Amino acid sequence: MQQFDVIVVGGGHAGVEAAAVAARMGGHAALVSFDLDAIGAMSCNPAIGGLGKGHLVREVDAFDGIIGRAADAGAIHYRMLNRSKGSAVQGPRVQADRKRFKAEVQRLLALQGDLTLVAGEAAALRLTGGRVTGIDLADGTALSASAVVLCTGTFLGGVLFRGEERIVGGRIGEASAQRLAAQLREAQLPMARLKTGTPPRLDGRTIDWSGLEEQPSDADPWTMSPLGAGRALPQVFCAITRTNERSHDVIRANLHRSPLFSGAIGASGPRYCPSIEDKIHRFADRDGHQVFLEPEGLDTHLVYPNGISTSLPADVQLAMLRTMEGLERVEMVVPGYAVEYDHIDPRALRPCLELRDLPGLYCAGQINGTTGYEEAAAQGLVAGMHAAAAVLGRDGPAIDRANSYMAVMIDDLTLHGVSEPYRMLTARAEYRLRLRANNAGTRLTPLGLTLGCIGLERTEWFARREEARARLEGALERVVTGNELAVAGLPVRPDVGRLSLRDALRFGGVELDGLRPWLSDDLFADADLAAEVAEDAAYAPYLARQDAELRELRAGEALPLGDDFPYEAIPGLSREMVERLSRARPATLAAAGRVPGITPAALAALLVHARRRAA
Amino acid sequence: MTDTIFALSSGAPPAAIGVIRVSGPRARLALQELAGRVPAPRRAALARLRDRQGAVLDEALVLWLPGPGTETGEDVAELQCHGGRAVIAAVETALAALPGLRRAKPGEFTRRAFLNGKIDLAEAEGLADLLEAETELQRLSAMAMAGGAFSREVGQWREELLGLSAALEAVLDFADEDDVATLPADFALRIAGLAQKIRGWLDRPRAELLKEGFRVVVAGPPNAGKSTLFNTLVEAEAAIATPIAGTTRDVLTRPVAIAGVPFLFADTAGLHDAVDDVVEAIGIERAMEALDRADLVLWLGPEGMGPPGAWEIEAQIDRSHPVAKRHPRHRISARTGEGIDALRADLVETATAALPKPGEAALNERQHELLGDARTALAQAGEHHDPLLVAEALRLARVAFDSLLGRTATEDMLDALFGRFCIGK
Repeated sequence: MQQFDVIVVGGGHAGVEAAAVAARMGGHAALVSFDLDAIGAMSCNPAIGGLGKGHLVREVDAFDGIIGRAADAGAIHYRMLNRSKGSAVQGPRVQADRKRFKAEVQRLLALQGDLTLVAGEAAALRLTGGRVTGIDLADGTALSASAVVLCTGTFLGGVLFRGEERIVGGRIGEASAQRLAAQLREAQLPMARLKTGTPPRLDGRTIDWSGLEEQPSDADPWTMSPLGAGRALPQVFCAITRTNERSHDVIRANLHRSPLFSGAIGASGPRYCPSIEDKIHRFADRDGHQVFLEPEGLDTHLVYPNGISTSLPADVQLAMLRTMEGLERVEMVVPGYAVEYDHIDPRALRPCLELRDLPGLYCAGQINGTTGYEEAAAQGLVAGMHAAAAVLGRDGPAIDRANSYMAVMIDDLTLHGVSEPYRMLTARAEYRLRLRANNAGTRLTPLGLTLGCIGLERTEWFARREEARARLEGALERVVTGNELAVAGLPVRPDVGRLSLRDALRFGGVELDGLRPWLSDDLFADADLAAEVAEDAAYAPYLARQDAELRELRAGEALPLGDDFPYEAIPGLSREMVERLSRARPATLAAAGRVPGITPAALAALLVHARRRAA
Repeated sequence: MTDTIFALSSGAPPAAIGVIRVSGPRARLALQELAGRVPAPRRAALARLRDRQGAVLDEALVLWLPGPGTETGEDVAELQCHGGRAVIAAVETALAALPGLRRAKPGEFTRRAFLNGKIDLAEAEGLADLLEAETELQRLSAMAMAGGAFSREVGQWREELLGLSAALEAVLDFADEDDVATLPADFALRIAGLAQKIRGWLDRPRAELLKEGFRVVVAGPPNAGKSTLFNTLVEAEAAIATPIAGTTRDVLTRPVAIAGVPFLFADTAGLHDAVDDVVEAIGIERAMEALDRADLVLWLGPEGMGPPGAWEIEAQIDRSHPVAKRHPRHRISARTGEGIDALRADLVETATAALPKPGEAALNERQHELLGDARTALAQAGEHHDPLLVAEALRLARVAFDSLLGRTATEDMLDALFGRFCIGK
């Protein structure tokens, strides 16, 4: 029997990162996929990043992950969302050529270390004494491993809906692993059902682009990853059209044929990504909704109309499309559809994404109730890091709500569970002033170095960057007078006295560039670094104000509760509290405070008990 | 398992009826034991209560209230007995004899209600104050707090703040959607309005005034009659009063209720500069501190030499050479009692005006501080131009509101966000 340290099942964004990081850490890793050619496929929107999501991409990249560099290699359109706002909420987003993105994922995977790609269907888990110890493939091959990471997307009980049509399976044209699904059901894990949707795909040659508002790729040459090829491909433009009263009339007249409204789909879909029929039903007063026309690649004519995910019958979809400007003669290549699928209640997971009741089995991605490539990639990375760390006898990465979006997401998932597909939003992060997309490397690469998952190229790059940072930080300590600053034309009152250049950056209207008289030119060589350091200085007072909050958080994180914490035995905890806490099994006291509905008094009771147990 | 607790929840016996409440997992069992049966939920039933030996204790109305829809959130049994002392005592003894049952400690029902999310922190604090209330004014204020007046108000502010946060977060997280591209026009105005409402509460008298009393400090030079006046006011020999100058070496305080209004009178060491005695020097230092914290100073020294706002008191008017004042607020003799009633009446009137109004909820120090944090954060939100910093300020205000009510907000804010805007491509 073939032996591995970590076996990853599924070749989507989660599976790729999980397998790659396990291999980077020096583990003996395997990636099992039904179709090796499909590894790295983008199954929905050909875009990577966005608000909140771009942060996740940069964080995965900071751990030397795959998605950032692959996005750059496939990028045909760059857009920094929220450019006019503070960088903490700026969202880097690219349109990627599907084919080239996938090719780059596969190329990078081959460079990650001891990673074996296995073509086959993961049919069943191998269990020894309640622990997962490997998998059986459908062809009878047995693979053994100390940890298995399931990154199988929507394969559990997936049903496709389009008008009156029903198709059982995951994505169109792919079989779903029914035997494995049956085994997970037997394990009696808590499961729930969710829904997601996708818009129709259009033939770009049948779109009249001439009258539509264009959205060009950003001119300044930012990239998703500081490493890799940079902007290698020619850039295309997206265009914007709108639905109108006629489109809405078509939809309203056919609402009864949508499975969302006929009652065929009972599961909840994402509130932030409603289907077009939902939008028109719930916000009836609006006379139109934006639709972004996004090219899917350089050598395909497919166009993704972002904003009109739908499960209406194909004939209605076409009629609706043709009411819109530019789409009067459009041809639909693949109609849109909705998918309903099972997911595991993520409260059954430890913060390391291992199932509490099935040790050795980790889950990442859509199977945990999330949506999006970026969310999947980040979970895959975290699950892979923890699985490999456990096998190799290392400590897992020290991520928490104050240092990463990925920890915010995993904390939310494992404590709150999900009631709709979970998507990252910057609003979910309390400490987002410190969690910027542009400082992900500073925040997380050191953790990656400790863990041993950073390759040589990034290790050297990071060391150079830290040296440059130290030089710039040192230079900002220089003390000047308010008068000197004012004479240089900066909006600082001459009588503010002596202050460091760093403190001067706190004044509104003072930018790093304005301090050039006191800083040598070489300090500006890395523009990204300069911007990051300047923002740190500008936000410093607000970050300092959060310190008390963070101390409290860290103190609470230091008090472990553990899987077997006897909630039932604690005097004064109500049945309701016991039930909520038992379902989420928070790892620490601070985590217990984030379980919805847990009162401060209940926390006080937990605190007393946890201290007594620790003593 | 959690203990099951019981207590007499009506007034002290004897009374017409005595209501005994039992709360906890064994409440049903207790009812079964005493009444011989458990009636249908929330239906009053007549039952003969017996102890374990089978002796009849009382004929009572009994109620079975299964949790969590009860006051404490737990299973509750209610026994409405006859209100005689002996009956109540007998029923309580029978309950205490049951395994797993015990008498409730003070405030324990409240604690369980809070623990089970039946009341929020502010209401619980009000109930705790109620238990400690000694004067009628304190009781009325605590009742207002426990009744949720403040919580309702904070709840409304919080709701409004969630709306404002949602509007802002929509702009931050969904910038590329045409539905939510800009903030509502009255955004800044609404933040300012919210800060204004909070200011109204912050300006109110604090609950500590009710609990600790209106602080009146008697001050003046040595031997001006301070301790004699202090003793008269507190109507007891609380301070050592002798004719030797410098006898009062420390600050003596004494809580007193006059006409139901709580006072804290303080007698201070004589204020004079030349101090050889170390003990007395410390006393004077404390006297200065007491003056700083006073709500009112009764000044017995030379006219115009007291702290600003002090009442000029011409004391010892029974003596042949009193310290005469041209514009005394009161002329008194503590020894003969002359002028004392008028001074008392004036004090009561002044304190009543300064204390929380009867029945008006008052904030304690913690609540005052948190509300102050919220107001500061809102004021800063109004000053920032970077929407990210505005959002951070609003978050801090939310944290303060949540601490007041003991809740968490991010999910609620997202609910508000998704409920109000059409978001999503």
